Amino acid sequence: MPRFGQGERAGSATGEAVKAGEVGPGGWERRGRGRAWSWARGNLAFLLFSLVALTVPLYLTNSYYLSILAFFAIRLMPTIGLNLLLGQAGQISLGHAAFIGLGAYGSALLTTRWGLDPWAAVFLAALLSALVAVLIGVPALRLKGHYLAMATLGFGEIVLILLVQLKGLTGGTDGVVSIPPLELGGWSLADPRLFHVVVWSAALIMLRMALNLPRTRTGRALIALHRTEIAASSLGIDVAFHKLQVFVVSAIFASIAGSFLAHYVMFISPEGFGVTLSVLLVAGAVIGGLATVWGAVWGAGLMVLLPEVLARYNEDYTLLVFGLLVIVVMIFLPEGLAGAPARLLGLRRTLPDTVARRSQGEPVEDRGSECRS
Amino acid sequence: MSLQDFLQFVFAGITSGSVYALTALGFTLIYNATGIINFAQGEFVMLGGLAAVSLHSGGAPLALAAIGAVAVVTVVGLLFELLAIRPLLNASVLAQIIVTVGASLALRTAAMLIWGREAVALPAFTEGAPLSVFGATVVPQTVWVLGVTALIVIALQVFYRRTLLGKAVRACAVNPMAARLLGIPYGRVVLLTFGASAAVAAAGGVLITPISFMSYSSGALIGLKGFAAAILGGLGSPAGAVAGGLALGLLESLSVGLLPWSGASGYKDAIAFLILLLVLFARPQGLLGQVSAQKV
Repeated sequence: MPRFGQGERAGSATGEAVKAGEVGPGGWERRGRGRAWSWARGNLAFLLFSLVALTVPLYLTNSYYLSILAFFAIRLMPTIGLNLLLGQAGQISLGHAAFIGLGAYGSALLTTRWGLDPWAAVFLAALLSALVAVLIGVPALRLKGHYLAMATLGFGEIVLILLVQLKGLTGGTDGVVSIPPLELGGWSLADPRLFHVVVWSAALIMLRMALNLPRTRTGRALIALHRTEIAASSLGIDVAFHKLQVFVVSAIFASIAGSFLAHYVMFISPEGFGVTLSVLLVAGAVIGGLATVWGAVWGAGLMVLLPEVLARYNEDYTLLVFGLLVIVVMIFLPEGLAGAPARLLGLRRTLPDTVARRSQGEPVEDRGSECRS
Repeated sequence: MSLQDFLQFVFAGITSGSVYALTALGFTLIYNATGIINFAQGEFVMLGGLAAVSLHSGGAPLALAAIGAVAVVTVVGLLFELLAIRPLLNASVLAQIIVTVGASLALRTAAMLIWGREAVALPAFTEGAPLSVFGATVVPQTVWVLGVTALIVIALQVFYRRTLLGKAVRACAVNPMAARLLGIPYGRVVLLTFGASAAVAAAGGVLITPISFMSYSSGALIGLKGFAAAILGGLGSPAGAVAGGLALGLLESLSVGLLPWSGASGYKDAIAFLILLLVLFARPQGLLGQVSAQKV
């Protein structure tokens, strides 16, 4: 399995502090229990999940259910990215639909217009998204809180406007049609069962990478800067670089999801990649839970299943439910669905350091100072 | 471009600029009292417009429909504060952003379920032939937009400068802790602020609906542009919000008019966001604001 910078354990001073287990946003480092046990349990969960996810096509042949599961994997990818960005780095992006759009349009245009191999298109689109993420991330990630949220929202809107307006390139509101499906060793992935295995393999690789992240130097740096950027940077952590790193990784995940989407449904149009999707992804990540990467699985699952459950009434209710649910979760269940069982059973003695952690003092008083780090 | 065309774009600019100014003012009110940016601000504008259309088509005279719509949205703003903001008043900035973003999603979808996807419009407040100013035509509604906007700005100024309650709100903006120690009920001030902010936004929505159509999805764009205006003028300054709104409206309208490129109008919305990004990246304290030191 690919891993994020493995073997970087010999930690810096911050690494040691984080390893002590009191700084982590909960979930990975457990006090009072052996690290080996925690490690084994985490891997067991991942292995079981992978096994179930990859063997589904053996006993499930209903193409409707398979398509729901394929969309689950496609939603899971950007949600993992946002889970890392929000939960571990404490940075928000309300423009991630733009990266899904860049991936989808990159794949669609490179294959239909320039006749590129679909896999090469997926790779090049991801590269393009990474480049855009660096260009937008370098100035944007210097901003904090509300400013970062608005900047990413504005970025998302600009990308959407470009997708609609650059008619000569993107086909405008008509979108792009007859995008070729992916192939693997001569087998066309238009076969839903084959596509299922490939798309879930990709999603599982991303999940594994995300699960490994807290055990790497970068992961520990993110945890530290989430707590307090000033202390982290005074300990020698390159705050800007680490924030950019996770932003770019999350953009790549989103872009690959967009590419899979384009090659799967074979038709794309710009309206699906607007603010609503960006907001929905953030809501999904939050509802699933930010304290652990598994929250992304819960969130993406809910994002895909809820419309199916509500479809008999009206699938528009999904967005309403998500909007209300995210408020309820923020107020009553800061660890999200992933933390709900432990919370309800009273297993968790101390609240993990989640996004909703109460600040110690008063509401922000010195308002002028929030603009810049 | 002739003077006549130029003036035409200027009038269009200050008309939409007035609505941006009111939206920006709504952002500023809440930000000053709580330090929160309300991502649902644009939805209040949208709700104001749509509620007025419903009340009017339900038989209410236009004036009553306008006042009723502002009242309804004010109640929504108050409920929003009580149910969603109050529990998280001391939470992290990220939690506050997520809650208001969630609220915007919920309000937008609720509006779609109530009013459908169609864009609707109100009749103009007064009948009458368009005025002619140096050859440029000005519809009477433009005069209404400018006049009511000016009235709201003046009324807010009087409230904040001259009344005891207004001074209490300003005290909370300067230092919530000290204000509370002086016996100012901070919770009630925040509640009042959300109500006032929703009312101002709704008024903007009612004013603009006769000129540009309103639909459930209009709020997101207006909200983002209102924020761009607030940032342009320096977040936290009411005068800056108004100046920023008018400037943004003018920039938008004139860039569409002056760019020698026929497809430019499709990019009109992008201009506002480009300005937003440029100001955020280069001068996040706004064009008029001052750099402040950061407290560690």
